Amino acid sequence: MSVDTATVARIATLARIRMSEAEIAALVPELNNILGWVEQLGEVDVSGIEPMTAVIPNTLRLREDKVTDGKVRDKVLANAPAAEHGFFGVPKVIE
Amino acid sequence: MTDLTQLGVAAIRDGVASGTFSATEVAGAFNASVAAAGALNAFIVATPEKALEAAAAVDATRAAGKSLGKLAGVPLGIKDLFATKGVQTTAASHILEGFIPEYESTVSQNLWDAGAGMLGKLNMDQFAMGSSNETSYFGNVISPWKRNDAKGLGANAPLAPGGSSGGSAAAVAARLCPGATGTDTGGSIRQPAAFVGISGIKPTYGRCSRWGIVAFASSLDQAGPMARDVRDCAIMLEAMAGFDAKDATSLDVAVPAWEAGLNPDMKGKRVGIPREYRMDGMDADVAKSWEDGIAWLRDAGAEIVEISLPHTKYALPAYYIIAPAEASSNLARYDGVRYGLRDLPDSAGLQDMYAATRAAGFGPEVKRRILIGTYVLSAGFYDAYYTQAQKVRALIARDFEAAWAHCDIILAPTAPSAAFALGDKSADPLAMYLNDVFAVPASLAGLPAMSVPAGLNREGLPLGLQLIGKAFDEQGVLNAGLAIEARAGFAAKLERWW
Repeated sequence: MSVDTATVARIATLARIRMSEAEIAALVPELNNILGWVEQLGEVDVSGIEPMTAVIPNTLRLREDKVTDGKVRDKVLANAPAAEHGFFGVPKVIE
Repeated sequence: MTDLTQLGVAAIRDGVASGTFSATEVAGAFNASVAAAGALNAFIVATPEKALEAAAAVDATRAAGKSLGKLAGVPLGIKDLFATKGVQTTAASHILEGFIPEYESTVSQNLWDAGAGMLGKLNMDQFAMGSSNETSYFGNVISPWKRNDAKGLGANAPLAPGGSSGGSAAAVAARLCPGATGTDTGGSIRQPAAFVGISGIKPTYGRCSRWGIVAFASSLDQAGPMARDVRDCAIMLEAMAGFDAKDATSLDVAVPAWEAGLNPDMKGKRVGIPREYRMDGMDADVAKSWEDGIAWLRDAGAEIVEISLPHTKYALPAYYIIAPAEASSNLARYDGVRYGLRDLPDSAGLQDMYAATRAAGFGPEVKRRILIGTYVLSAGFYDAYYTQAQKVRALIARDFEAAWAHCDIILAPTAPSAAFALGDKSADPLAMYLNDVFAVPASLAGLPAMSVPAGLNREGLPLGLQLIGKAFDEQGVLNAGLAIEARAGFAAKLERWW
């Protein structure tokens, strides 16, 4: 499988990264080079193999249903580029 | 008085405990060394006051006759991937420039609780994506090593310290700190350690808490120590590891006394030599150092057996699907809303703000990996790429499982070459990725793996040997590392040029 400029532009939109046409054009051969190389995985016979989900066998723990944190609003907002009135500020999203 | 910066972790700990010198003297010596090494660009932020503050606390504890922590009086460098409360943490990116965490990562907190102090935050590849430390927003780290000029190979070309923990590697090698934290996703502790002639261990996945470490590829990321020798790594790892309820993949098992368990006697141990790691066109010096390692472990009493890891050649392509896929998901959090950079063009809406912020905040390699990850996870391609890669990953883990029937530990080179010059591979992403060929399989299988210095190549540059162990068998890895260390006699001295 290979990508063209339209595909790279679509991926960039999905990834929410603004890109110029020149940047996209430069990425097409780079990504195709990498994708062409990973294509060799298709040679591997994986019939009957389950995809790995946990690298070291581990059980998911349940913790007690108890509030263990909170009351840190100001800390949460401390690094926000535009915190206002105790909220994250964002540009207008509804007309 | 001895130059305290020539001492390692164990010697500093013991000297402080016995009163040979004070923790404050040690911190002062390393602070001066950091301040004088700007040319290496190993630190993004230096925190001399933090080092002195921790040292003063240790000296006061000792004066009061109270017991000291495992790392009392040892000043350390911290890779800029670890969140440090009140100290800028950027993952060497522009998008996190100026980010001052309100919390401390579990691993760094464990170190402070053990009496260590912080010298500063170490430069690295941006978001840990790179093998040469050329993707940092804060400039390249320069290796303290130089090629010898015997063969006119470009003795003055600045060399890569390896990556992504390149700042950690350069700082330990140049004696700016006796030890440093690193993180390893696909070789980011082992390859830089090999490039600069130091030791570094990536423990079993889950040994060190990932809480408070900027996430790259969560199923692979593991923290570990980088230090001058095997003992120093054992001491640091003991302090760093441990169960943490805040990390869902943290292993709820006791931390062994690795330092006390150190034993270079390999009698009764079988060392596996994977035949698939012998690649066509292998660097002759790397092949020679591997042969040396085999001879040293045999001399230590080990039995050498050839083993097969049949899916080795598929590890790297699987890694370059899995790691970018996880990264594209993890890095979705950088949105210009909650922390970090915001780029808000005139009259831009929310979507435009996201796209502009991420365009301005991420470097080219980070963007490349996010795009690959987004592509392989996108509708219609997920099974062909991601599911296939996770199946291949299961086969790679199974290869190791099968090998453990024949051996207790695996010996291989750490990297396919010695350090290369900055700029040599930066134009070709694929050539850069191939540097991790020997490191990635152990990462995919979550196994403990270590690099120890093996000697110098014909250019006078360090080469590393890698030891891969069974899950949870860090002790076996450290012990084999110690057996090599004792025989390699690696004592190459760096000439200070910075």
